[in-house]
Amino acid sequence: MESVWGVGGLVLLRDSVEWEGRSLLKAFVKKSALCGEQVHILGCEVSEDEFREGFDSSINSRLVYHDLFRDPFNWSQAGGALPGGPLGALRALCKRTEPGPVTIALDSLSWLLLHLPCTTLCQALCALSQQHSPLGGSPPVEPVRVLGLLHMELHGPGPMGALSSLAQTEVTLSGTAGQALAHILCQRPRQHPTHQTQCFSILPDFSLDLQEGPTLESQPHPDPHIPPVEPTTHLTFNLHLSKKEREAKDSLTLPFQFSSEKQQALLRPGPSQATSNIFYEPDVYDDLDQEDPDDDLDV
Amino acid sequence: MLRQMAASLCTTFSPSTSKGVSLTAARECGQLVFLEGLKSSVDVFFRAQAEPHPLQFLREADAGNLQPLYEFVREALKPADDGQAAWRCPVLLVDDLSVLLSLGMGAVAVLDFIHYCRAAVCWEQKGNIVALVHDSGDAEDEENDILLNGLSHQSHLILRAEGLATGFCRDVHGQLKILWRTPSQPAAQRDRSLTYQYKIQDKSVSFFAKGMSPAIL
Repeated sequence: MESVWGVGGLVLLRDSVEWEGRSLLKAFVKKSALCGEQVHILGCEVSEDEFREGFDSSINSRLVYHDLFRDPFNWSQAGGALPGGPLGALRALCKRTEPGPVTIALDSLSWLLLHLPCTTLCQALCALSQQHSPLGGSPPVEPVRVLGLLHMELHGPGPMGALSSLAQTEVTLSGTAGQALAHILCQRPRQHPTHQTQCFSILPDFSLDLQEGPTLESQPHPDPHIPPVEPTTHLTFNLHLSKKEREAKDSLTLPFQFSSEKQQALLRPGPSQATSNIFYEPDVYDDLDQEDPDDDLDV
Repeated sequence: MLRQMAASLCTTFSPSTSKGVSLTAARECGQLVFLEGLKSSVDVFFRAQAEPHPLQFLREADAGNLQPLYEFVREALKPADDGQAAWRCPVLLVDDLSVLLSLGMGAVAVLDFIHYCRAAVCWEQKGNIVALVHDSGDAEDEENDILLNGLSHQSHLILRAEGLATGFCRDVHGQLKILWRTPSQPAAQRDRSLTYQYKIQDKSVSFFAKGMSPAIL
C-alpha cells in the first residue's frame, strides 16, 4: 500500500456495492492529513457531517470540504450552492494558490462522471494533478495527489479505460469470506506496471491496518475449511502408463498404417501368413442349419 | 411532544389498513402525506395547475429533472401551521423508482431526485428514506442497472428480496439478503450480510433462517 504514496498524480479507488471504498478513501485522507498535507475534499455523495464522522479534531482542522452534496444544481436557490455547479467547483480546485503538498479527494469521481462529459472531466483531472506556481508561466512545482472514488458498476468500459489511462495508481477493492483485499496496479512512466494484492482492514478511527496475506496476483483463495482434493484418487480406470506399457504401446503397429513391410508382405503372400480363426461353441438352443441360406439366389 | 411522520410516494396502491396500522387515520391527522401517483397523474393533463405539479414531467416532452417532485416532498416535510407539535424523524417511502424510468425519466435524473431527498430528509431532518427498485435480472436494461447500482452506492442498507433458487414454495415465499454498507461500523463486525427466508402473511411477514421454515420443522 506504500506504493500508493510514492508518487503523486491520480489514484483511482475502484469499489463495488459489495465492497465499499469510502472508508479506504477516508483512511487515505487521514494519512495525508497526518503527513502535514492540506486536504481538499469535493464532497458530492455524502454530507460534510457524514464525511467528517470518525475523524478527530486535529484531522478535521486540516480538511477543507467543498460541499456539492447539499445543493449541486441550485434547486433551492437559497444561495448555498457552489458557483458554476459541478464543473465550476472542480475548476475552482485547480486554481488553489496555497503552497505545500496537497491531496485532493473526489467523493466521488463516479458522481462527476455521471454529470459531466467524460472528456471534460479528464481534462479537469489532468489540470488538477499539476500544481503550478502562483506566478504563472513557470514549470509545475510538484505533482498533486488526487484520490478519486470510482464505483465500478456504474460506468462502461470506455470511461473506465479513459480514467485508467490517466491514473498513476489503481486500487481495486474486493474480498473473500469477510476479508477485504486491495489489488494495486502502479503505472510509472518508463517503468513496467507493478501489481500487488494486499489484505487490509479499516479500524474505527480510519487507520489502515495492513495484514499479512497472500501476495500472489489474482489467485482465488482456497477455502481453508475444505482440504484440497486430489482428483485422480479412487478412479476406476488407469490414467498413467508404466514404462513397459509405454514401450508396448509405442511399438504397436496400427492396422491401417501402411508401412513398407506391410506392402512387401501383401505383394508376396507366403505360407507363414497367420490366418485368423473363429472358435465358436454352439449353445444348447442354437439352431444350426448346414444349408447355405443363399442357395436360392441365382448368383 | 414530537410526533413521527411519514411522507409516502406511491404509484399504484391506495392507502389502506396494512400491517395493523391504520394508514387512513394517519393520513387524516396529517401524520401521513400520501401522493398517489396513478390518480394524481390525471390532474396533470386535465386540470389547470397554478404551480408545477409534482408529476409535471409527464407533460413535458423533454423533462430534464424531477425538481417539482422534490419540491412536493420538501413541502410535505414542513411543519404544519396549526400550532401542533412539530413532527420529527420523517420517513420517505418511495414505491417505486423503476416506474419513473419507464415513464421516460433518465436514470441520472432519478438518482439526482433521491440525492436531493437524502439531503432534505436524511441530513436536514435526520430521517430515513426507503426506496424500492426492481432488478431487471437477466434482461439487460442499462438504465435500470445504472439506477439500481447508483442507488445501492447511496444506501447504507440494502435489502434484496428474491425468489427461491429451487422454485415456488407454499410455505416459503422468498429469500431476503441484507447487506450493510455503513463505513463507520467497527471493522470487527464481520456480519456484513445476512440471509433470511420469509413468508408473507395477512398483515405481517415472518422471517426465519434458511431451511428453518416452521412448516418443515
